[in-house]
This record gives sequence, C-alpha cells and structure tokens, in this order.
Amino acid sequence: MLGTITAYLTVVVALPIAALVWESKRHGGHTFWEVVSSPEAMAALKLTLGAALLVALLNGFFGTVTAWVLVRDDFRGKSLVNAVIDLPFALPTIVAGLTLLALYGPRSPVGIDVAFTRAAIVLALCFVTLPFVVRTVQPVLHELDREMEEAARSLGATETAAFRRIVLPNLLPGILSGVALVLARAVGEIGAVVIISGNLPYRTEVSSVLVMNRVESGDGAGAAAVAVVLLGVSFALLLLVGGIRFLLTRHERAA
Amino acid sequence: MLRRHVPRAVALAYLLAILVGPLAMVFWRTFEHGVEPVRAALSDPETLHAFQVTLIVTAIAVPLNTIFGILAGLAIVRRRFPGKGLLNAFIDLPLALSPVVVGLSLYLLYGRTGWFGTWLSEHGVQILFAWPAIVLATVFVSVPFVAREVIPTLRELGDEQEQAATTLGASGWQTFRRITLPSIRWAVIYGVVLTTARCLGEYGAVAIVSGRIAGKTETATLRVEDSYQNFDVQGAYAIALVLATIAVLVLIAMTLIKPKEQTS
Amino acid sequence: MRRSLLLVVVLTCLVLAAASAASARRDGTTLNLVAYSTPKTVMGKLISMFQDTPAGQGVSFTQSYGPSGTQAQAIVAGQPADIAFLSTGEDVNTLVKAGLVAGNWAAAPDHGLAADSVVVFVVRNGNPKHIKHWSDLLKPGVQIVTPNPFSSGSAKWNVLAAYGAMRRLGKTDAQATAFVQKLFQHVVSQDSSGRNATNTFLAGKGDVLLTYESEAYAARQAGQDVRFVIPRQTMVIQLPIVPLKSSPNLAKAKQFIEFVQSPAAQDVFGQYGFRPLDKKALQKYFGTQLSVKPGQFTIADKMFGGWPKVDKTWFDPTHGRMVGIEQKVGGPTGPTQ
Repeated sequence: MLGTITAYLTVVVALPIAALVWESKRHGGHTFWEVVSSPEAMAALKLTLGAALLVALLNGFFGTVTAWVLVRDDFRGKSLVNAVIDLPFALPTIVAGLTLLALYGPRSPVGIDVAFTRAAIVLALCFVTLPFVVRTVQPVLHELDREMEEAARSLGATETAAFRRIVLPNLLPGILSGVALVLARAVGEIGAVVIISGNLPYRTEVSSVLVMNRVESGDGAGAAAVAVVLLGVSFALLLLVGGIRFLLTRHERAA
Repeated sequence: MLRRHVPRAVALAYLLAILVGPLAMVFWRTFEHGVEPVRAALSDPETLHAFQVTLIVTAIAVPLNTIFGILAGLAIVRRRFPGKGLLNAFIDLPLALSPVVVGLSLYLLYGRTGWFGTWLSEHGVQILFAWPAIVLATVFVSVPFVAREVIPTLRELGDEQEQAATTLGASGWQTFRRITLPSIRWAVIYGVVLTTARCLGEYGAVAIVSGRIAGKTETATLRVEDSYQNFDVQGAYAIALVLATIAVLVLIAMTLIKPKEQTS
Repeated sequence: MRRSLLLVVVLTCLVLAAASAASARRDGTTLNLVAYSTPKTVMGKLISMFQDTPAGQGVSFTQSYGPSGTQAQAIVAGQPADIAFLSTGEDVNTLVKAGLVAGNWAAAPDHGLAADSVVVFVVRNGNPKHIKHWSDLLKPGVQIVTPNPFSSGSAKWNVLAAYGAMRRLGKTDAQATAFVQKLFQHVVSQDSSGRNATNTFLAGKGDVLLTYESEAYAARQAGQDVRFVIPRQTMVIQLPIVPLKSSPNLAKAKQFIEFVQSPAAQDVFGQYGFRPLDKKALQKYFGTQLSVKPGQFTIADKMFGGWPKVDKTWFDPTHGRMVGIEQKVGGPTGPTQ
C-alpha cells in the first residue's frame, strides 16, 4: 500500500517538482540567485508574503467568528449561510476576479473602487481563502466539551475569561490548521489576483504573476527559479504552522 | 443579549462584503440581459464540448484522488515509517503551487525537449496538448483534498474498533470495508465534494498544457476565459455559473445524505 | 471489489491515453493553426473561405488562440502546429531558434506577413483629456493602460512606437528612452496580454489604452463603445504567419498562407480592422488615413535594426532597458501605489 501511494505521489507530484528544481538550476546556481534576488523578484515576494500574512490574519479572525456564529448561534437562514461558505471553492478563480472587479472596481455599484491597488490583492485572496479557517474550526467547536466552560462559569469566571482560557486554547490548533491552508493557497493564487491587481512590477505584481510573465517571455529557467523559491516558502510556512500545531497538541498526545 | 449579536453582525457583515456580494454579482451579470444570451452561450457546440472535457476529466481525477486520499490517510495515521512528515507535506504542496508553475513543470517533463520528450515522440505518444496532460494537471492540483479530510478524522477516531475486528478474525479487507470505510465516510464525502469543485474550476495549469485547441482540448474554464477574451462577458458568466451550480449541486446532494447530528 | 474498481480506473486512464495518441494520427488533411489571441474572428472567416476554394477542399482545421509568447512556447514544447500566426517577429524567432521554422522566413512572399496594423490610442467617449499626440500622454493625471512588455507582444509594439515616435520628432536615443520611462510613470495596469489590457480599459480603468488599431476595431465590432486616435508618429505592426518545417502537410500549409495573402483574404482583413498588405484593399479601407503615412515606421527602420537587436536592447529579462525603466518607475525610489 505504501508503495502504491509513493508511486502515485511520485508520478503526479514529485516528478514535476523535481523537473522544476532541475530547470531552475539549469543555468547554474549563480544565475538562480541572480534571478531570485533581482529587485523585481524580491519586491514580488515581499508583496506576496505580506498580502498572504494579512489575509491569514483577516480570515483567521473572521473565519473563527463565523465558525462560532454557525455553531453556537441560531438564526433564520443559518443553514443557507453555512452552505454558502464553500462557494469560493466552487467558483473558477478568474470568475472570482471578474466579479470582484465588477463589484469593487471602477464601475462599482456601491461606490468602492480599490481595483488595481494592493488592497485589491488582499480582497481577492480573502475571497478565495475564506472557507479554510471556518471549515477547520467548525468541527473543533462542535466537539468542544461545554462542560468545561460551564464549570468555569459556575466558578465565577466571566464569559470573556471563559472564552480566553478554555475555548480559545482548544480552538487554536484548528485555527492554525486553517491559517496554514490560507497561507499556502494565498502564496500561489493567480487567477483572481491577475484580473484585479493591475500587475504593476514592484507595486502590485505578486510572485505568481511574475512567474507567469517569465514563462510567457520564454525565460523558463527564471520562471522555475522564482517558482522554486515560492515553493520553498510555502513548504516552510506549512511546516512552521504544523510545528506550532504539534506543540500545542502535545498535551493531547500525552494523555 | 448584545454579546450574541456582535459576533453575528461581524460575521455576517464580512460574509456579505467578501462572499455574498460577489456571488450576487455573478447572478446579476449573468442574467442582466435576460435568459436568451445565456441560452445562446451555453448551446454553442464548442462550449458543449468544453463541458464534456471538463466533466470527463473530473470523472477521472476524482476517483483517483479519492482512492489515493484514503490510502494515504491510513498510511499516515496508522503506520509508522520514515519520512512521514515529508509525505504529509508533499500531499499539501499542490495547494500552495501556483497553477502556472504546475503547467511549466509538465512542460519540463513531457515537452518536446523535456525529460521524457524524446521517448514520447519516438513512440508517438501525445501527452501534452492532449487529454493525458489535462488529466495530469487536474489530478495534480486536486491531490490534497480527500487526504486532508480523512487524516484528522482517522486521528480522532482511533483504531480500537479495527483492532477488535482483527482479534475477532476479520481479514484486512473486511476490516477496511466494514469498519474503517464507514467511519470515515463523511470525511471522504466532503473531500470528494472539494475535489470535484477544484477539478471543475481548474484553469491555470490546464491553460498551459492543453494547447487551447477549440473543440478538442478546451475545458469549460478555458471557455470562460475565451468568452471573456472575445468581449462576451455574458457568455463567460453563463459558463461560470453552470460550473458553480454543478459544484453546489454536488455539495447539496452530499449534505442531504448526511445524518442530522453531523451538521453544525 | 475495491481492487477491481481500482483496476478499472487505471485501465480507463490508459485507454484514454492510447486513444488520444491514436487520434493524433488522423486520416485526411488537417491543418493545425496556432495563433495569438485576437484574430479568432477573422481567421474563422478566412478558414471557411479557404475551404470553399479548390485548394482547401476536404481540409479540416484545428485552431488555438492564446497570448503570442505562450503560444510560441507551446509550439516549442511540442504543440502540434502546421501554421503559426503570431503577433511579433520575435516570437517567430523563438521558433527559429528551436529549429521549427526556417531562418529565412521573412524572405517569403509578403515578408512572411499576414496583415499589418498600427499602434493607436484608445480613449474614452468624447476624449475628455484631449489626447492626440504622444506628449499628451504625459499630461498630469493621465492614466495609461498597456500590457507587460516582457510577456506581451502588444506591449512591445507600444514601447517601440513610443520610442520611435520621439526619435522621429528629432529626439536622441537617450531622450527617447527617457520619454518611455516618463510614460511608464503614468501606467496604472500591466496585464499579460493585449486583449487583457483591452478588457481592463473597458472595465473602466485608465484614460488611454495603447494597443493595435485592429484591437480597437475588434472591440467596436463586438459592440463595445470605443473611440481611438491614430497619433501622427506611430509604429506599423507587422503580423507574421509562417509554416512549421516539421508539418506533415507543409505544401498545404503554404497554400493556406498564400490564400491568406491573396486579395480576397486581404479584403476580409480590411473588413475586420487590420491594415491589408494588398494595396487595393488598403486604399479601400484606410484610404483617408494614408496621408499619415510619413510619420509611420517599422521594425526594419535604422533606429531599431530588426527584432533580435531590439529584443536584446529593450526586452532582455536581465539587461534590457525596460528592466531599468520598470525598476525606476516602480521600485523603492519610485512613486508608491
């Protein structure tokens, strides 16, 4: 069984990535660094990471609040709201970009025009990563033993204190799992961002767009180099968040 | 109580701005000029063929990744082996990889000057700019979803029941079919829904490796771009709406067969 | 039971792979046309017309349209192609370097071209900012939309047109380059292709779009409300169409290209807003604008010296002039968004 999995993963995922890494080094390590440390690539990377982190914070917060509302609260239309959360997964990303452009661009029916700015990048990324945190926190919240909270309350703790000391620590692993997914996805997203950001080098050009431009101008090795760095960054982020999660759930495993 | 209303207001306001607004926009833009342009856009033969391609590719990618996801979940949670963390990270990688990069890597492998290029052209096998490449690209980007749902569920469940079954004399297959599989059913189903949605909406990687040959290797999402490119925003939205509807229908179908106590 | 399901799935995939390999070797003549993104409508018409001619009887076509650079890369990676219709000579040179197109493609009839166009300014209704000359683009507050010069053929034509216009007006090489830099300070969006830039402009962004004249016509014919201005000094865009050396139907491919260059087809190009190579058709559709001709220049002009030189000087990803310009305009010392 392990053999089948490894073979599948190799053919489908590992081999392409190996080819990518190979290609990025094709002109030698010196050229790899030249491309990757070029001002444009650095600017794109800074923008990409900054936007991804901001979006992780935003969706981490709002996603948790939304999950809370969906589990603990009750109101008419709640199940509709619950169903709608997954829709960013269902919509092709270019369409997401088009609608955000229509809604928050030059011809906005609500008078908000943030298109072709950095805010637009954050907006597009928020949309496509919205479901992640909600969906990782919901089951945790659902399973959470309310007895602990009630015990804390009966011992005199305020609601906020109960939340802070009982609920939040238990939610944190779930939130972090969601945040990891948000980061991973945000760093690589292109479809929605490319339509609404304007792609101005050094200002609103994210790394994935830079890679696309490199591919289109025939610089496969340069594209691969930037892609490999991006990959490394996502990998590192995933491992980091996984590590934090691991540390936080130590007590669960010790039991 | 004010306390209850504040989080509710915050959540709903955020969802309205970021999610509901844009979705309402999709509907409005699609039907802005009535149903006729939508009907015309959807009955174009190239569009119909594109839907066919998308659905067939999805029908191949979803079972493959479902089987893989279940097997990988079992291996990661139940077995010990070196490199487990690496395997886990590799499964998540497609989520992080930009689709353009996926396309590029497939070029590097199967292109004329790629790793397998010479072998492929000598044997007359066409991977790029034909079905196999579209399938490979779509499978690549949708690898994580089932595994990601199955892994935490298996962790939560523990393996006492399986152990009990084995001591009672059940074979590996019997245990899997009668104990394990039913217990992870909902995780698998949700994973399948996500995988399907991802496959239906895949654009970037397929755009590069499919060759965009109208009526042959165009997928529905490529048709969306094609329509948009040809100033047919109506057609673009119409196709997108159909894709989103299919994904939503799959989601609803899955939700309906979920037992009540499982819903949030 | 599950094992056999797995087997079925795997077999299906193999069958599909084999089927696709088989279908690639089809009977009867099929010509694969790989083209840049915008001439879909006109080529569709020309293909039908060709199929009505004796040479085109029984010939079927597959068509692929996408960004010119990407299409060239796809052909290099093995996309089946008999005819390539791209937006810059440089993209054709990419194919030459890969050994797929003859090095002397420009020595073919009509210099290996299908049609021409010119770089124009597309403006809002009524031209509120009164943009007529290149210098008007630098007026305070004017926002320019153009694609990214490293990925888009259209953007390359735009950059060269701006530079060339200044040279024609007597500026030196340094001054003209400085003009291009000032121009890019007004650029508010850089899409990856010409058509994407058009759509950005149509979505409401910017005061002026730099693009092909044929693009403006295409938008208009698709019902978009566009106005455009042809600056007195501008670049003649020459669109190459070439046969691929490896084509199994090379003779037929050349016949199609011959047809595309014939008076009947050239007239169709004129209808769709391209500038025909055929003099009669050019006079018919663009007669009133021909007096502007003295200000127009091509890639062969002395100040450019051909695509390979231009590509190296301006668009090399590490040392090209545009790299420096993009950095000065957008980098840490440039204006922030």
